[in-house]
Amino acid sequence: MLQHKHQDLFNEPACAKNQAKDEKTRKKGCGGKPLTPGNAAGGCAFDGAKIVLQPITDAAHLVHGPIACEGNSWDSRHALSSGPMLYRTGFTTDVGEMDVIYGGEKRLFKAIKEIIARYDPPAVFVYQTCVTAMIGDDIETVCKVAAERFGKPVIPVNAPGFVGKKNFGTKLAGEALLNHVIGTEEPEITTPADINLIGEYNVSGDLWMVTPLLKKLGIRLLTSITGDARYHDVTKAHRARVNMMVCSQALINVARKMEERWGIPYFEGSFYGVKDTSLSLRTIAKMLVERGAEPDLIARTEALIAEEEARVARELAPILPELKGKRVLLYTGGVKSWSMISALHYAGMVVIGSSTRKATKEDKARAAELMGEEGETMDNLPQRDMYRMLKNREADIMLSGGRTQFVALKAKTPWLDSNQERHNAYCGYDGTISLLKEIHKELTNPVFDLVRTPAPWEV
Amino acid sequence: MANVLSTAKPLTVNPLKLSQPLGGASAFMGLAGSLPMLHAAQGCTAFALVLLVRHYREAIPFQTTAMNEVTTILGGKDNLEEAIINIVNRAHPKVIGICSNGLIEARGEDIRGDLKLIRQRHPELADTALVYASTPDYKGGFQEGWASAVTAMVDQLVEPEIARNPRQINILAGCHLTPADLEEIRDTVEAFGLHPIILPDIAGSLDGHIADEWVLTTLGGTSVEDIRHMGRSIATLALGLQLEPAARLIEARCGVPAEVYPHLTGLLAWDNFIAALARLSGKPVPQSIRRRRSQLLDAMLDGHFYFGKKKIAIAAEPDLMLGLTQFFADMGAEIETAVTTSDGAALALVPAKEVRIGDLDDLEQAAGHCDLLIAHSHGARVAERLGVPFFRAGFPLFDRLGAAHKLSVGYRGTRDLIFEIGNLFIEHQHHNHQPHNHQTREHGTDAAVASH
Repeated sequence: MLQHKHQDLFNEPACAKNQAKDEKTRKKGCGGKPLTPGNAAGGCAFDGAKIVLQPITDAAHLVHGPIACEGNSWDSRHALSSGPMLYRTGFTTDVGEMDVIYGGEKRLFKAIKEIIARYDPPAVFVYQTCVTAMIGDDIETVCKVAAERFGKPVIPVNAPGFVGKKNFGTKLAGEALLNHVIGTEEPEITTPADINLIGEYNVSGDLWMVTPLLKKLGIRLLTSITGDARYHDVTKAHRARVNMMVCSQALINVARKMEERWGIPYFEGSFYGVKDTSLSLRTIAKMLVERGAEPDLIARTEALIAEEEARVARELAPILPELKGKRVLLYTGGVKSWSMISALHYAGMVVIGSSTRKATKEDKARAAELMGEEGETMDNLPQRDMYRMLKNREADIMLSGGRTQFVALKAKTPWLDSNQERHNAYCGYDGTISLLKEIHKELTNPVFDLVRTPAPWEV
Repeated sequence: MANVLSTAKPLTVNPLKLSQPLGGASAFMGLAGSLPMLHAAQGCTAFALVLLVRHYREAIPFQTTAMNEVTTILGGKDNLEEAIINIVNRAHPKVIGICSNGLIEARGEDIRGDLKLIRQRHPELADTALVYASTPDYKGGFQEGWASAVTAMVDQLVEPEIARNPRQINILAGCHLTPADLEEIRDTVEAFGLHPIILPDIAGSLDGHIADEWVLTTLGGTSVEDIRHMGRSIATLALGLQLEPAARLIEARCGVPAEVYPHLTGLLAWDNFIAALARLSGKPVPQSIRRRRSQLLDAMLDGHFYFGKKKIAIAAEPDLMLGLTQFFADMGAEIETAVTTSDGAALALVPAKEVRIGDLDDLEQAAGHCDLLIAHSHGARVAERLGVPFFRAGFPLFDRLGAAHKLSVGYRGTRDLIFEIGNLFIEHQHHNHQPHNHQTREHGTDAAVASH
């Protein structure tokens, strides 16, 4: 059964990256490319599934597996909550040798029972992992029985690590939402200006840079899937008028199937940078009006955009001269490979290179067009080459994730975290201000001149 | 002394325990020119890597055989072979440390046999040591994985020897020792004119120095060559009960006598160690060390006012727990509640009524009325919810700088611990004068739920 689900997901018709391939490669699907042993990096399908679902903050997230899966990973992401904290509690069955021999289903059932008795969450998400999948624990049945017995949604997330990469796990999590959560409850009221954000996990509070803008426009966020989400809000997401898919192909299956099942149109947008934030707001307004919202929403949106853009310009004016012309190496992926560029161009910075891992053909084209002659897109930059570039001072600063942080620091080069481990929100107008101020703070720190000074006895 | 309580709970809430493969891979980080690898699905490596990066704030070389659905069914030999070849071609490591996980062990794969075949088929691997440690993640935790890896290094690399070098000694370093601890130990041993082979030496690789070029393996550590010649030493000092089996293995193979030092925190423990070095080297204890001992005595006298009858709650792996609890007992504090990850020889020696094998939730249930809570970084939120002062110890420490440079062994390390923790007590002293009595504060299930 899992096999069929995989085949189906591999062939995602709305996935631009997949559709750009020829028929033969397309059959191999997305996320299905086998990894290279000894030269692979990144998370597994379980990781991806957890990333998507864990931001549902009032639910319990129970990992059925040996200690590695949860013990090594719990509470490590900064998807923030404005209320419930249960999602940050690490729950695992921590299966032992005896469970591996005799099966861990009973243990899982008891664990679900204990969670419900003790914490009474609106729902329990149960994650399958490699070892318990291999020994044949049937989490779907255990969840079904537990749900009936305890009268609570208990949702199986069948994404053991070995089925694929992180990206594929995000889609399996999307399937779990589509099959067990979205559409299972009805909202008390609906408005013609109800939307969902899909693929926005409120990393470091990114979502909260956007929600005040929506509020000012009278647009109601039914739910974000799944940043700062509450379980019961996600169940009602199918009554939105428009879905915005934020910065990622990861949950494209959710957007597409919501359109098929409930006729909710979606668009892909970004809240990184001034230009893209404005464009996304415009698109939301336009699509809502097309679906019956008050036509004046468009004019009000334009007024807000004008006001916000002026404010950004005002706030950044003191630091812009110092940012102008500075060279940036961007090592990120997906939509960020181009959306970050536009945020940096706003400050007159030069992007000398952008990695386009996990990016679609369109993403790559956009990145290349934005950088023009100044920079190049690259699929993968080996750390040794990255170190050489930075050591030769080809870039003034690198923006990347934690994994490559030390390549920059060991090369005595300024670095800023642009990935999910960061502690600052970079979305929306306020996020852009914050991003450029952080870059400025990093570039002007005197420590770099100091650490590059040779010891007196070496001169 | 302590009674060990093990529970067969079906649910672990807020894990204290980390996985065996992560412990094993950490030990392999202490070898020079090393590239640790998990024989597992790629997520296992990603999670472990992130923890190591966050703790040490260093780039960590770490690879995976990237097992998938098909290779899980058919067996992982081809993945193992491909991974080794790819790693050798790209990074030219001196040693690849291979840790298995639950998936591989539950399949019952013959990794030693596989490695033999891979060697036969690839003569180009002649200069690369391949060391395999069995570390299923459904058993034990970080400490067991570390110990398993060190035993594997000894078993698979140390050669039988008869000749002796009267100045060479082996130091087997447990996972509770930081790079700073190892530096202190090395300096002390060298002060007696002895040459220590420290295994594994994470001080060489993870002390946060800046190298002149970018390397794809570890930046330093114990060399394979040194490990091969550990049989020439006059003694093996195992630091931590976890490494007694590895020390006994060298003893059995090469006749090098093994001595076990459960921990090196506190006056008597370091006294013993120093006495051993004086005995092995035949040299008097240097003045500088005597001076530090005197400083520690002074610190103990200055500090004891603040430790007396304090109630301590601690969650740590067995050997780390033993050293820390003994330190608190020495200073007059009482171990009120102790939670650990897995059964170990150290637990019986812990100066507490009982030690529970459990999780941070067990700690939270029992620590509400304590004066100090000790755990790795995940304990911070527990301490915050309970309103109890918090001291970080163990792995991972991801929310503070300088984890590698925390020193807690020797006269100096013990002195620093007294000051650091004593100051924590002083800082929170005024709370005891408040009208509320924190012993009556509600804790336990309801409070925990309310704060979620």
